[in-house]
Amino acid sequence: MRERGSARPPDALGTGPSGLGSGPSDLGSAAASLPLGSGPEVLRSEPSALGSAAPQAPLGSSASRLDSRPDGSPATSSAGCAGAEPSSREAGAEPSAAEPRPLRPGPSWRAAAAEPNEVEPSKAEPGEAAAEPGARASARSARPRRESLLRIRALLRKEFRQLFRDPRSKRIVFGAPVLQLLLFGYAVNTDVHRVATVVVDHDRTAESRALVDALTAGGYFRVVGRSDRSADLAAALDAGKATIGVEIPAGFARDLAAGRGARVQVLVDGTNSNTATVAQGYIARIVQEFGAERAAAAGALPTGGVDLRARAWYNPDLASRVYNIPAVVGAILMMMSLLLTALAVVRERELGTLDQLVVSPITAGELIVGKTVPAALIALVDMALIAGIGTLWFDVPFRGSVLTLLLGSAFFILASLGFGLLISTVSRTQQEAFMGMFLFFLPAIILSGFLYPVHTMPAFFRALTLLNPLRHFLEFVRAVFLKGAGIGELWPQLATIAVMAAGVLWLATWRFRRAVR
Amino acid sequence: MLSAQRLLAVARKEWIQLRRDRRSMILAFALPVFLLLFFGQAINWDVTDIPLAVRDEDRTQRSRALVEAFEESGYFRVAEWLERRGDAEARLARGVVTGVLIIPAGFARDLAAGRPAPVQLLLDGGDANTATIALNYADAIAARFSRDVLLEGRRVEAPVTAETRVWYNPTLESRHMIVPGLIAVIMSIIAAMLTALTIAREWERGTMEQLAATPVHRLEVVFGKLLPYVAIGLFDVAVATVAGVLVFGVPFNGSVVLLAAMTLLFLLGALGLGIFISAAVRSQVLAMQVAMVATYLPALLLSGFLYDVAGMPRVLQAVSYIIPARYYIAVTRGVFLKGVGLETLWIQGVFMVAFAAVGLGLATAAFRKRIA
Repeated sequence: MRERGSARPPDALGTGPSGLGSGPSDLGSAAASLPLGSGPEVLRSEPSALGSAAPQAPLGSSASRLDSRPDGSPATSSAGCAGAEPSSREAGAEPSAAEPRPLRPGPSWRAAAAEPNEVEPSKAEPGEAAAEPGARASARSARPRRESLLRIRALLRKEFRQLFRDPRSKRIVFGAPVLQLLLFGYAVNTDVHRVATVVVDHDRTAESRALVDALTAGGYFRVVGRSDRSADLAAALDAGKATIGVEIPAGFARDLAAGRGARVQVLVDGTNSNTATVAQGYIARIVQEFGAERAAAAGALPTGGVDLRARAWYNPDLASRVYNIPAVVGAILMMMSLLLTALAVVRERELGTLDQLVVSPITAGELIVGKTVPAALIALVDMALIAGIGTLWFDVPFRGSVLTLLLGSAFFILASLGFGLLISTVSRTQQEAFMGMFLFFLPAIILSGFLYPVHTMPAFFRALTLLNPLRHFLEFVRAVFLKGAGIGELWPQLATIAVMAAGVLWLATWRFRRAVR
Repeated sequence: MLSAQRLLAVARKEWIQLRRDRRSMILAFALPVFLLLFFGQAINWDVTDIPLAVRDEDRTQRSRALVEAFEESGYFRVAEWLERRGDAEARLARGVVTGVLIIPAGFARDLAAGRPAPVQLLLDGGDANTATIALNYADAIAARFSRDVLLEGRRVEAPVTAETRVWYNPTLESRHMIVPGLIAVIMSIIAAMLTALTIAREWERGTMEQLAATPVHRLEVVFGKLLPYVAIGLFDVAVATVAGVLVFGVPFNGSVVLLAAMTLLFLLGALGLGIFISAAVRSQVLAMQVAMVATYLPALLLSGFLYDVAGMPRVLQAVSYIIPARYYIAVTRGVFLKGVGLETLWIQGVFMVAFAAVGLGLATAAFRKRIA
C-alpha cells in the first residue's frame, strides 16, 4: 500500500501542511486506528471495541468517517475519493508514505495518542475525530518504518488476543494437531497384516492343517472362522466379516503326496483393492513356499533358481508409519494454517470490523503481516509438537537437522497461510470461505503424495501436483526425517516452496487491496 | 405445538439466505461432484510401471532375459542402466527410481550349475506400500523365471497352486474401491460443513435475537434449517452416484431405494451434528475448526475408506464404531460393489437410525432460544 500512497498524492500533497495535519488525523482517531498506534492501555480497551462493536454500527459510522476524511476541503476530496477508487478506503494507510518527511515533531504523538479519554470519544463519535489532529498526523510520518513496525506490533497483539480470548480456541489450535497425529499415527497403516480369514477345510488332514498354519504363521492372516460349508465363505465375505476365504478341497493331502499338483481355492474380497493386492501376493508366496518345501523334501523339484534378495532402504521393515508420520506433519501444518487464516479477513468483513481496519493507517501489507505472523508462530509450535511426538512416541527416525526442518516448515507455513488468506480475501461470507478452504485443501491433500503415490497418477494430475506446495513439502520433510537430507540436496524443494509462499502472499495482499476498495 | 407451517417458513428463510449467498450455493451443489470427478481421476493405487534402475554385471543372455521378465510383467519399467554399482544409492536417494536391480557376474553360470543365483533388489522403503507391492511382484517374477529356466519347458506341475478368485472387484481396480468410499467421505464432510455455520452465523450477525423473538419452536428451527440441506445432500449423492457409474464405470449392483434411504438417515445425522456444533460453539471460526477436526479426519481415516479398520489398534477400532462414515461406507460399497441388500446391511441400518436420532437430538438440545 505504500506504493499506492505515492499514486494518490493529489490531495495529500496539494493541500499543504495544514491539510496534512487535519487530513489523516481524523482517520487516525477513528475507532480501530487509534488503539493500534497507541500504548498498551489503549490497546487493552481494544478487544471490546472489535469484539463488541455491534455488527450494525461500524458500517454506518465508517461510511460517515470516510466522508469526513477530506484533507481540509471536504467536498473535493470526497469527490476525489469516489472517483479515484483505489485510494478511497485505504486513504488511512497513506499518510505515512505520502506526507512530506520534514514535518514531524518527534514523540509528541505518543502522548497524544495514549491519552485514553481521547480514544473513547473518538470511538464513539467519529465526527469529533478531527479534534486534535496536527501533531499526531505529522508525527505519524515521523519514522515511517518504525511506525509501521509499531502498527504491526499492535495488530499482532490484537490478533493474538482475539485468538486466545476464547479458551476453546487455544484447545483447538494446540490440541487438535496432537489428536490428529495420534489418529494418523495409529490409523494410517497400509501394512497388511492380520487380515481376517475364513477357512473351509474339506480335507481335514495333517497336510491341510499345516497349510493353514503356514498361512497364519507370518502374522499376515488371522483365522476368524472355520466352517464345513463353502456357502459360509461367501456369507462371510458378503457381510464383510472376512477379507479372505480359503477352501481346501478333499483330497488335498493325497494329491500333494502323489505329486499331482494339489489345489487350494482362495477367495479375496477385492473391495479394498490395496489390501487385496498385497494379501493375494502373500498368499501366492506362502503357498508356493509350502509346496516347494514339500517337493524339495520329496526330491521332486530341481534345486537352484533365482535367489532374490530384496532389501528396503530407509525403512527396512517396510513399516508404513515411518513413511506416513513425516507426511502427517505436512498435512496437519497445512490444515492448521488454513484453519487459522481462512476466515481471518472475511470474518472481519462480516462483522464489519474490516471497515475499522481499513480506515486506520494500517496498510494492506501490514495487515497481511499482522494476520500471518501469529498464525505462523502457532503453526511452528504445532510443528514442533507433532515432530516431537512423532519421533519420541512413534519412533520415527529423525536423521536430518532440526534447523533444516525449521527452515522448510517456516516457508511451507507461510505458503499455506498465504493460501488461507487468499481464500479469505476472495470470499464474501465465512460459509463461502469455509467451503473454499475445503475446495483447496482436499485436492491439496490428494495431490500431494500423502495418501496416494504421485507417480501412479495420470500425467495431467502429476503435472498439477507441481503446483501444490504440500507435495514439495512432503518430499522435503520425508527426506529430512528418513534420509537425513540437508539443504544441499533439498534446495530445489525449498526454493519452490519459498517462491510459492512469496507469490501467494503477494497475491493475497493484492486481492485484499482490491477487495477493500 | 409444532407446526409444519412454521417449520417450512424457517426452511424457506434458510433457503433464501442460501440462495442469496450465490457462491456458497454453487459450491454446495458442485463441490461433491467436482471432488469426486477430480479424485476419481487422480487417485490410482494400482502399482504399475515402477521405475527400476538395472545394474547388469553378468551381461549374458540369461541376465538380459531376467530383466526382460521384469519389464514384460508390466509392473516394472527400466528407467536407467547403471554404469557402476555405487550409483545405486544416489539414484534411490534422489528418488529417481523406486528400485535397483543388481545382477552380479556369474548369474548365468550359477543358474546353469543348479546353484542358487543371487540377485539383489534394493527398494526405496520410503513408500512402504509401493515397496511392499513391488516386492511381491518381484518375488513372483523371480519365481516364475526360475521355474521356466529350471524346467526348460518341461511341464511339471507346481506342488500346490493357489487358485485365487477376487470377488466384487475382480480386476482389483482401486477406482472401484475409491469411488463408493469417496462418496461417503465427501458427504460426511460436506454435511457438517453445510450446517456447521448456520446457527453460529445467526449469533454473530445478531439475528438470533429476532429468531428468539418469534414463536417458532426449537424443533422447528432445527428441522427447518435441516430441510434445505437434506435436499442438497440428496441431490449431491444422486449426482455423485450417476457420475461414479457413468464416468468411472463402477458397478452398481444393489438397490437404489436402499441407498437413498440410508443416505437420508446418514444426512439427517451428519447435518444434525453440524447444527449441534454450530449451536454449541456459537462462533463461525470455532465451528469451522471443530467441524473440520470432528468430521474430516474420522471420515477419512477411521471409516475404512483407505485403511482397514481391522488392522488398527483396538482402541481405534472401538472408536471407529461411533464414526457414522464407517457404516455409510459399508452401505455404499455394499450397494455398489457387492450388491447386497437389507439382509446384510440391516446392522448398518440400525446404526444409521441411531446416528440420525443422536445427531438430531444433540442439535435440538444444544439449540437454545435464550439470549444469554
